[in-house]
Amino acid sequence: MTQTQVLVVGAGPAGIAAAAAAAEQGCEVVLLDDNAGPGGQIWRAGVPEAKSGEYAARDRALARLQRSGATILGGHRVFDAHARLAPDGAGTLLALRQDRTGATAVRFAYQHAILATGARERFLPFPGWTLPGVFGAGGLQALVKGGFAVEGKRVLVAGTGPLLLAVAAHLKAYGAHVIAVAEQASLAQLAPFAASLWSNPAKIWQGLGYRAALAGAPYRTGCWPVAATAAGEGSFLESVTLSDGKRTWQEPCDLLACGFHLVPNTELAVLMGCELAGGFVKVDRQQRTSLPGVFCVGEPTGIAGLEAALVQGEIAGLACAGQASKALEKQAAAERAFASRLERAFALRPELLKLASANTIICRCEDVPFGSLAGHSGWTDAKLQTRCGMGPCQGRVCGPAVEALLGWTPVSVRPPIFPVPLSALCLSDDSLTADDELKQSELLKENA
Amino acid sequence: MPDIRLFINGNEMRVKSGTTVAAAMLQANAPCRTSVSGEPRTALCGMGICFECRAVVDGVTHRPACQMLCADGMIVETAR
Repeated sequence: MTQTQVLVVGAGPAGIAAAAAAAEQGCEVVLLDDNAGPGGQIWRAGVPEAKSGEYAARDRALARLQRSGATILGGHRVFDAHARLAPDGAGTLLALRQDRTGATAVRFAYQHAILATGARERFLPFPGWTLPGVFGAGGLQALVKGGFAVEGKRVLVAGTGPLLLAVAAHLKAYGAHVIAVAEQASLAQLAPFAASLWSNPAKIWQGLGYRAALAGAPYRTGCWPVAATAAGEGSFLESVTLSDGKRTWQEPCDLLACGFHLVPNTELAVLMGCELAGGFVKVDRQQRTSLPGVFCVGEPTGIAGLEAALVQGEIAGLACAGQASKALEKQAAAERAFASRLERAFALRPELLKLASANTIICRCEDVPFGSLAGHSGWTDAKLQTRCGMGPCQGRVCGPAVEALLGWTPVSVRPPIFPVPLSALCLSDDSLTADDELKQSELLKENA
Repeated sequence: MPDIRLFINGNEMRVKSGTTVAAAMLQANAPCRTSVSGEPRTALCGMGICFECRAVVDGVTHRPACQMLCADGMIVETAR
């Protein structure tokens, strides 16, 4: 078991800020992430890196993190949590350590935990959304950063949210031919949001920068995908049908990057017993959850973007070290107001909830079509009868879709919150650290 | 010059260091897995959430290809 004063889960901007702030105050800090390296989604490293100035802030944050002395552990996915035995006692989390050869369960004990688990994209099912060539918007961006070459490929970016412009600009920087950005929100819906940005010039410049980078690619508001088609069974995406409510038309393309804003990753917070409010983790001004010693920062507390994540992380990191952060708290409150404006501006139009036909797959893990959910009263019933939401993603993809389409809310979060190989659970004593394991295997060799 | 050599469904390919297995499979036009009803699937979320990209890596099943980096000599197969 690894013991630490502060355990940060998630090495995106919020987690990085939290870990650095706490470590700079002299706390012993361990930062876990399920990806190989720190950065999270927005600050994910690229192979090769696109030429742009957007990484300056990331590079500064990562350099600060390195200097702070926090221990950074990549390839660690937290899948279970154990409550404290006493209010002032240590809590523990279990993580799956993944490397090339396999996975091992390891346990961490902490005095303070900071949950920085980020957000995922919301997917809405439409005919053809399971075809190869259809990705999440942030999903395609991540894969391109991971080395997937899109140079010369025709890409349609569709869905909703501020992420679409950022993704399109990014794909273009990697040489993709972005044929259009289809934003489902109407211009009338977006206008008050755009106007409200005058209170935050930095965000305007960011938006204008993306727009300029996209020169030549139309940004269509009030426009959404209704179907994706392939050349034949088992083949790749060939075209996407778009609609503006009055007419529909085909856009031939090689790739579709499609996401409908973000949903918070609250599973770990819920498993630990943190209270939610309106679907987000409830926190006070210092990012404290309802559980003693457990903080939550970034998107799980409200989809508010990068600046909010950074300031919230800073506040929580300082709070772990017993430091005040009054000025930062004011900034955090302003960023929270931005989150609610975002939500209003990019609210889903009702037409999007009618795209799935009876044979459109809703649960991709178990291939459950929309039609087979008819007649079920809710999640428990549907899970028992159809296996919807019972696959390895544990309903992370179909859950938000079903909530939008049918109004069903998730029923429970149970451990393990990610799939864990039985061998990892059975073969490893979860109280061991890597060093202990090494010593034990040496001991076994000596005794053999 | 690409610096890692791996095999995807038996075909040799070379990728740059830092490339994820899911990206390499897309590059090779190889689905990560075949769904329970027989559809070819590739990565969707790219961030370890959707598990559409779980593939067989060095003989181990259900590996999250979007979170694994390619390594020299790696043998990657579509999960069926």
